[in-house]
Amino acid sequence: MVRETVPWTKKDLLGIEELTTDELRLILDTAESFREVSAREIKKVPALRGKTVVNLFYEASTRTRTSFEVAAKRLSADVLNIAASTSSVVKGETLLDTVHNLEAYRIDILVIRHSCSGAPHFLAKHARASVINAGDGLHEHPTQALLDMFTIRQHKGKIEGLTVVIIGDIYHSRVARSDILALKKLGANIVLCGPPTLVPGYFADTGVVMTYDVEKAIADADVIYSLRMQFERQQANFLPSIEEYIRLFGLTTERLKKAKEDCIVMHPGPINRGIEMTSEVADSPRSVILDQVTNGVAVRMAVMFLLARAAG
Amino acid sequence: MWVSVMKDENSLLIQNGRVVDPSQNLDETASVLILNGKVAKIGKDADTAAKTRKGIEVFDASGKVVCPGFIDMHVHLREPGFEHKEDIASGTKAAARGGFTSVACMPNTNPVTDNSGTVDLIEHKSRMVGSVNVFPIGAATLGMQGKDLSNVGELVEAGAVAISDDGFPVQNSYVMRRVLEYAYMFGICFISHPEDTTLSAEGLMHEGYYSNLLGLKGIPAASEEVQISRDIILGEITGTPVHIAHVSTKGGVQMIRAAKERGVKVTAEATPHHFSLTDASLVSYDTNFKMKPPLRSEVDREAIIEGLKDGTIDCIATDHAPHSENEKTVEFDKAPFGVIGLETAIPVVLDKLHHSGILSLSQIVEKLSVNPARILNLKGKGSLKEGADGDVTILDLDREIEIDPRTFASKSRNTPFAGWKLKGAPAATILSGTVVFSATGKA
Repeated sequence: MVRETVPWTKKDLLGIEELTTDELRLILDTAESFREVSAREIKKVPALRGKTVVNLFYEASTRTRTSFEVAAKRLSADVLNIAASTSSVVKGETLLDTVHNLEAYRIDILVIRHSCSGAPHFLAKHARASVINAGDGLHEHPTQALLDMFTIRQHKGKIEGLTVVIIGDIYHSRVARSDILALKKLGANIVLCGPPTLVPGYFADTGVVMTYDVEKAIADADVIYSLRMQFERQQANFLPSIEEYIRLFGLTTERLKKAKEDCIVMHPGPINRGIEMTSEVADSPRSVILDQVTNGVAVRMAVMFLLARAAG
Repeated sequence: MWVSVMKDENSLLIQNGRVVDPSQNLDETASVLILNGKVAKIGKDADTAAKTRKGIEVFDASGKVVCPGFIDMHVHLREPGFEHKEDIASGTKAAARGGFTSVACMPNTNPVTDNSGTVDLIEHKSRMVGSVNVFPIGAATLGMQGKDLSNVGELVEAGAVAISDDGFPVQNSYVMRRVLEYAYMFGICFISHPEDTTLSAEGLMHEGYYSNLLGLKGIPAASEEVQISRDIILGEITGTPVHIAHVSTKGGVQMIRAAKERGVKVTAEATPHHFSLTDASLVSYDTNFKMKPPLRSEVDREAIIEGLKDGTIDCIATDHAPHSENEKTVEFDKAPFGVIGLETAIPVVLDKLHHSGILSLSQIVEKLSVNPARILNLKGKGSLKEGADGDVTILDLDREIEIDPRTFASKSRNTPFAGWKLKGAPAATILSGTVVFSATGKA
């Protein structure tokens, strides 16, 4: 089991911002011990038996939602999946009322994904249940960052001192924001790369390096983290065209020749094959994208385990 | 309900208070006699004159400050159309409780105040159920659509004291030019809500370090500065006085200062929340800190303070914007912009600007009474000279309070100052010689 240097006391997991470095490490270490559960024949532990976990998703999701569902079930919890589009939300029921109604069932953990930044923080003030942020607007996606850190540690043995390059639409990416916070807390060097319209200058005060030259960026990278590019950004004048984006920032096998031999390639999914990276890159031995998905289950098991235990 | 009648109901002798009236360069302990709703005498003459009248009510203002009635020139009373947030009765009660004797109300009502009928409705309701004077501001364009001129003459004749685009800023510069040009003949000012909506777009808070941290789309300072610049230039070429509402940016203050130095007829106001709060408050995602223009950086806040000190900013106005609790208790994106301010303005001003040594009492009275009266051309207001209206604000500089929204007279509770402990509060509000609010509960 895990030797804890510091106990987990928080009621909710709302973001990486609120976590101390010790708490971050505690989650990663706890996830380590849950990793082997998924390798067993009977993939189950009784840690959350009798607890009710609700996945309340206001936005579409494949990975995150199924990952939380698998994680909760492997902990023996009872799981409810609610997609807003098929609930009374379409009749105009407010978020607060929806949660109050769910709490009437005395649920234990509420996993929320919402398009409004701060929605989990808003709920945490009004809910008795432990709230887990599964992605809020442009703000944070803490469990994604946690599984990303777990994956980097798995392949590189550490995070401190590594150079991690994040490429793409950072402005609109809650994954990037959470990753930047986590990487900073764990001592990595961060480089942000993308067009000026999508790489906010306000990050300059947080100790990251910013560059618009992808080949310069990847030359010294230990980890290349690619973000999904959305077509809508062209409509809103952030990009002139996807073609130009691919030309300037797309990851190809050719471009990656300039990167370090042992550098790994990551992506939160879903990938736009042929845009942020070619299929060759996505499926190459450097790519650890599917490991990220696998690790997501262990990390989410760890988070739910720690929250449930703190709730008593 | 009060009705103006020539009786001694509207007569009052205010004694022993420190009278601060910059319009007369007055700052001394003196009596003020109000007869039949008008200031009759100040000083020893007041006491003498009062003795010859039987049964005049006496208000003992010992230890208090006596000022010409405060005027909030930027208030949303929400009537007609949005009475679930506020109405003329509750809004003016809030004003009285806040120490204000007059308010000017914005035209983004429903129907929009772009016609004499709606102006008449507001004036009629104010007479029937209002606790303080209400001065309607007319819409600059029909329906506040920013396309066609309002019948400004009709509005002014009906009683509008100014025109504005507040809430729906005019985006088309050609239209703005014609509005100002046309309004020139009426001698009124245009109150500008400076916001380029193509730049503020989907923004929810000030664009800066915090909006990036919180993942909230930002409203760049540029969206305000661009339109302040535009409105100053258009005011300069048309000659129509332009009043910049709720200035929130350092760049905006600089441009107004430079324009004044050039002799342009521009004036400006700032709200209490803009000189006492910054975008750092937003980390809690509390919608009581969500308004337009947004709370900005510390650098901007300091520039507002500088502007208040050196006179670049002429007035303090609250932009009292009530929204019901249901509307504000939602995800940050979904909450409407706006915070109330009538019942917190004076304590915030006295604590943060006076007790901190930034502004003298005289300057505060200028910002809250003399200047608003001058800018809106309100006859008989902003002064305690003989013949002026008997509107008086009595301040208790030393009273310590804690802001408790549950005690507000406003229908709404959306204040950023909940729980603040402040020193200084209104002691009484007197309208035409009648006490409409008293902190000791006599009114």
